Amino acid sequence: MKKIEAIIQPHKLEDVKAALTAIGIEGMTISEVRGHGRQKGHKEVYRGMEYQVDLLPKVKVEMVISVARLDEAIQTILKAARTGKIGDGKIFVSDVQEAIRIRNEDRGEGAL
Amino acid sequence: MPRRMSTLACAVFAVLSSSLSWAQSATAATDARLAAVESAVKSAQSAGDNAWMLVSAALVLMMTGPGLALFYGGLVRRKNVLSTMMHSFILMAVVTVIWAIYGYSLAFGDGNSFIGGLQYFFLNHVGAAPNPDYAATIPQQTYMIYQLMFAIITPALISGAYAERMKFSAMLIFTVLWTTIVYFPMAHMVWGKGGLLNAALGGRIPCFDFAGGTVVHITSGVSALVCALYLGKRRGYGTEPMKPHSLTYSFIGACLLWVGWFGFNAGSALAASPLATSAFVATHFGAAAAALGWLLAEWVHNGKPSMLGGISGCVAGLVAITPASGFVKPFPAMVIGFAAGLLCFFMVTAVKARFGYDDSLDAFGVHGMGGTLGALLTGVFATSEVNDSFKDAAGKTMALGLVDGHAGQVLSQAVGVLISWALAIVGSLVILKVTDLLVGVRATFEDEEEGLDISMHGEEGYNFEA
Repeated sequence: MKKIEAIIQPHKLEDVKAALTAIGIEGMTISEVRGHGRQKGHKEVYRGMEYQVDLLPKVKVEMVISVARLDEAIQTILKAARTGKIGDGKIFVSDVQEAIRIRNEDRGEGAL
Repeated sequence: MPRRMSTLACAVFAVLSSSLSWAQSATAATDARLAAVESAVKSAQSAGDNAWMLVSAALVLMMTGPGLALFYGGLVRRKNVLSTMMHSFILMAVVTVIWAIYGYSLAFGDGNSFIGGLQYFFLNHVGAAPNPDYAATIPQQTYMIYQLMFAIITPALISGAYAERMKFSAMLIFTVLWTTIVYFPMAHMVWGKGGLLNAALGGRIPCFDFAGGTVVHITSGVSALVCALYLGKRRGYGTEPMKPHSLTYSFIGACLLWVGWFGFNAGSALAASPLATSAFVATHFGAAAAALGWLLAEWVHNGKPSMLGGISGCVAGLVAITPASGFVKPFPAMVIGFAAGLLCFFMVTAVKARFGYDDSLDAFGVHGMGGTLGALLTGVFATSEVNDSFKDAAGKTMALGLVDGHAGQVLSQAVGVLISWALAIVGSLVILKVTDLLVGVRATFEDEEEGLDISMHGEEGYNFEA
């Protein structure tokens, strides 16, 4: 099993969700996050006090899927989340040791 | 023959006397009707004036809560929103009580040049009968409650300087002492009968202050600077971000202030009169021009006009037009407002940065400086064409400001400004020192870090888990 963490532009969330649903991947967890990579922030001024805002709002999509579907899922996210501009985000993939469904204690890929 | 004569005489006399008594009774009836009409006219005028003054009193209270509470509450960080709103709200309760006990009497009782007497202690003799010295057509009780709303908002304005770092107990002690030692004497000097600066009721230095440029805005704004310097900067000032947490609150608050200010300024005519209309118009025009002045300066200086700049400018203009509102025509009102927008922008950006004092929400930059500018320009633009209530010994209408050819008024205004600055500086310093000795003025490091909402009041403004 693999875990995909995709940090994307907030306005691309609906596209990514729709694209993943279309290929049959429905389980995911979403959180609003702030961060920055190479994208520069912006300047804000309040009554003469200047603030450089570096941490920008993003959305993090997390899902755990079988190894067999990994490439397909990544391609789908890439296609749906891309605008071509700096700030589109990143995808991280990591191994997952175990998955357990709380309701009936299913284990492994059967619990996904 | 003589008998006939006497009969005739009797008859003539009878006719004459009956017509005379008829005429007499006719005069009496007319007099009674006239008296009835006069009293009806009087009570009609009183009804009109009283209606407007009660609405004005409510409008001025609305400026403190929710107006100022939202304006200031939005400008602080999220962890201090409730404590900042409380700074305004608690004064609606505390000042009301001390006003009833001794405040109204010290401000408006017959006293000396500096402070009122005690005849209105516990609101004694303050009832439905008008006090002709102040407002002849409304119950004195209306005048009393209207003036109370000014005594509430003035100390609330200072909270902009000590927000986010003053202990609540210290804030209460400071405010009660400040209202007593600074506000009541200043209100008496400018508006009380026989006050040193009272232009209408026998002051030695007649200073024009229609709705509180010196009494409200200079005293509060200058005291705010003293507080900012005495308390020191908020921890992390200049190194940690201290962005306003909700400019949408501030926007709502500022717009409520703009509307409430019609009660503040036009209400200061103390009647539903043409002078009230004139003050209403001047107030509105001043606010509009000031918003544009600040935005223009900001656009040129920063490259972007901000919403916060627009509402800050409008408040600065409302402050500056306050002393002038019952004395100036619409276009001078716009000049005063525009100048205030530029000056206050300069104060809160350049001057504050240059000297490095932490006037958290710019109470000094906006109220202290806007009030000073307005008080001085009142001496320039005041004209008897707007306000002809000032008569000389011969009953002739007096020239008011520089535009009327009375240059000396600018000097009188400057004296009023100096006195209010001096009283605010000395009074605030002494009161802060006393408060510091009693309970300590500043919140502890931990309390300030945690935020005053939790450390002083045991609650949070935003409970996301709820």
